[in-house]
Amino acid sequence: MGIVIVDGQEIEIADDERLNAIQVARRAGVDVPHYCWHPGLTVVASCRMCLVETGTRDAESGEIKMVPKLVPGCQTPATDGSVFVTNSEKVRHSRAFVEEGLLIDHPIDCPICDKAGECHLQDYHFEHGQDARRADIRPFTSRRRDVGPTVTLFVDRCVMCSRCVRFTREVSGTSELMVIDRGAREEIDVFDGFPLDNKLSGNVVDLCPVGALGDKDFLYKQRVWFMKSHDGVCAGCSAGCSVVVDENQDKVYRLRPRENMAVNKWWMCDDGRYGFHHVHDEARLVELERRAAAGYESIEWSQVPAALEIELSSAGRLAGLISPHLTVEEAYLLAQLLRKFDEEALLALGPVPVQGEDEHYPGDFTIRAEKCPNRRGVEEVLRHFNGGATSLDDVLSQVESGAVGGVWLTGGYREPSLDEGIAQRLTAAKVVVVQDMFTSPVWERAHFRLPGVAFAERSGSYVNCAGHLQSFSWAVRPPTGARVEGSLYWQMLEQPGMYNPRSVLAEIAGTIPAFDAAAGEIPSTGVALEAPAMSPTA
Amino acid sequence: MKSDDPNIKWLDEPKLGLAGRLYLPLVVQGLTTTTRHLFSKKVTQSFPEQRPTFGNPLIYRGVHRLNRDEQGRVKCVACFLCATACPAHCIDIVGVESPWPDREKYPESFVIDELRCIFCGMCEEACPVDAIELTSLFDLTGRSREEMIFDKEKLLSVYDQTKDAEPMRSTTGRDHVEPAPGKST
Repeated sequence: MGIVIVDGQEIEIADDERLNAIQVARRAGVDVPHYCWHPGLTVVASCRMCLVETGTRDAESGEIKMVPKLVPGCQTPATDGSVFVTNSEKVRHSRAFVEEGLLIDHPIDCPICDKAGECHLQDYHFEHGQDARRADIRPFTSRRRDVGPTVTLFVDRCVMCSRCVRFTREVSGTSELMVIDRGAREEIDVFDGFPLDNKLSGNVVDLCPVGALGDKDFLYKQRVWFMKSHDGVCAGCSAGCSVVVDENQDKVYRLRPRENMAVNKWWMCDDGRYGFHHVHDEARLVELERRAAAGYESIEWSQVPAALEIELSSAGRLAGLISPHLTVEEAYLLAQLLRKFDEEALLALGPVPVQGEDEHYPGDFTIRAEKCPNRRGVEEVLRHFNGGATSLDDVLSQVESGAVGGVWLTGGYREPSLDEGIAQRLTAAKVVVVQDMFTSPVWERAHFRLPGVAFAERSGSYVNCAGHLQSFSWAVRPPTGARVEGSLYWQMLEQPGMYNPRSVLAEIAGTIPAFDAAAGEIPSTGVALEAPAMSPTA
Repeated sequence: MKSDDPNIKWLDEPKLGLAGRLYLPLVVQGLTTTTRHLFSKKVTQSFPEQRPTFGNPLIYRGVHRLNRDEQGRVKCVACFLCATACPAHCIDIVGVESPWPDREKYPESFVIDELRCIFCGMCEEACPVDAIELTSLFDLTGRSREEMIFDKEKLLSVYDQTKDAEPMRSTTGRDHVEPAPGKST
C-alpha cells in the first residue's frame, strides 16, 4: 500500500500496481492531457503534453521536495511518496506552448476534417491552448498520402505522436509504418511496395489522436456529431470483441473497438470493423411468406404465431437447429418454445462456420477461425435442455428418416451456411420454419419464411470462445418486414409486454448453473462465466 | 394533465350585461374602425405588379444561393456545418472527395427543402467559407412540393441570377484569409 499525492489529494495505490502519473491522476479525477501515451503501447514521452511537476514526500519528516524541471507524466512512475502537481502555472504554460507548437504546422482544416468533434488537438486546444495564434500562417490544405488499402494519411494534420508506428511494431507486428526525416520535417510514411496492409490496420485510425489517419471506409460518410454510439459486441468471430456501434438514423456507419481488458483490450480486427455492411445489404430478406398450394403467399407478422401454433402442434416430433448467431436469450426461448409444442423436441446447434486457423498477433490479440459469436452460449443452453449434446448430424438423420415432422431453423449467417446439403435432408419434414437474413437453399424449401435480423439489430448476450458473457442492446432497428427472432419467441410463449432479454437472462442465470455468474447487473465489459461449468467443445 | 390536477385554476365565464347581450355597441365599434380605414392613407401594395422595397437587400433573408469561387466551381467544402446549425433540418448534403487538387472535399449533392426552411440565416452564419448565403428573393412559388426542394444546380443558378445585384458578402476564400489577430511582436 502506498500513498501518492496528486494536486493535494492523497491517492492510495496497491503495492503490485505499476501506474504512471497519468493513470494515478485519473484516479484522482484529474485528466492529464497526452497524445503519444497509450496504455496499450510502449512509452516514448515524445509529445510533451503530459508534463507535470513532480517531487517526493519524505516518509518520516513529511517534507515535500519538488524536482525543479517538469517531467513527462507518462514515464514517471507513481510510487509511495510521489507527489504530482498538474495544475500549477508552470504546467499550464507548458501545455499552452506545446499546443502552440503543434498548431504552427497544422492546416486547421477542421471543417473538412473527419476527426473534428472527437479530436484531441481540438479538445486540448480548447482547454489548454491560447486563444490567439501568434504565427502568421494561413490555413492550408493537408497533403494526402495513401498508406494502405484501408487507411489514408493526411500528412500535415499529424502531430507525430508515433502511436500508429508503435502499434504496427508492437501489436500487429507488421512494422509497415515508420517516421521519415527528422526534426520539423518528420513525417509518417511507408516503404515503397510495403503498404499498411494487415488485419489490424484499422486500429491506427482509432489510435490517431488527431485527424491524420482516416479510414477509407468511413471517410466523408458522416460527421461524428451526427452519430449516436451504442455499446455492442462484434459478431464476426468467436472472440466477441467489445465494440461501439456508431449509427445515424438506423444506418450503421462504423464500428470502433471498446476497451475491455478481459476480451479485446483496445483493439479489433478489420474483418470485424468492416464486417457490418451486410446489415444494410440490398439482398436482406424482408418478405414474410408461407408456402401455399402454388408458390408462396405473403402473410402478416400478426398471423404468424397462430399459424405456427396450428402447424407445429400437429406436426408430430419437432426439431430445432439453433444458430450460433442467436443470443443466449433467444436460444433459450426457442428451446422453450419447441419444448412447449413437443416435450421431446430435438435440439441441436446449427452449423458453425469455420474459416482457416486462429490468427495470433504479438500484441496478445487473436482473430478466431470460428466465424460466429455465440457457439458456447448456445451449447450451454442446449446442454441444459438436452442433458447432453445432440449433434446437428443426428437431428438431420432423424429428419431424413421421417421421424421428425417439423423443423425450425435459424440463421443470421453472413456466409451461406444453411446449404444444399442440409436442405436436401429436410425433404421428409412436413413443416420447415426458417428465420434468416439472406436467401439459402433451406429458405427456398421452407414452409414458413420469417425474415430475421443482423447483430446490430439484436439485444441479448453472447458468450465468446473463452466463456466471457457480454450483454448488449440493439443499435439500429431492423428493416421493415424483418423481426427480431427473440421477440417472436417471446410472443409465442405468451410472455407479457415487450421482449425483454434482461429478464430472460435473469431467468437463465437462475435455472442453468453454467450461467450463475450472469445473475444481477452485467457490467458493460461483461462477466466471465465460471470456468468449470464450461465444458470442452462438443 | 388531468382535469383534477391541482395546478388547474377553474374560472367561470363572466356574465354579460345588457349592452353585451344586445351586441349593438360592438357592431357600432367595428363599423367605426372600418369607416376610419376607408378614408385613411393606403398602406397596401398591389403585389406583384408593384414590387416592395427593402432597406438593405444584403441582409434580407430570402431564398438561399450557393456561391461559386473564382473558377466557377461550387465554393462549398461539404463540411456539414450549415446542416448542423439548421434548426429545421432542411439541408441534406452528400460529401465526397473532390476532383480538384486544391480541395479535399466537395458536395456531390446539396439539397435544401425550401418548404421546411424557416429562413433563420443560421446556415449562412455557420458557413466557414461563405458558400451559402441568403438572397433577397422572397416570392418563392412552386406547383408541387418536389419543385420546392432545391438541388445544387438550382442553388448555383440562384447565385448566377443574383450575383450582380447582390455581390458576395465576403470575398474571403481560403486564399484570402486575414492573418489571425494575435500578440504580434
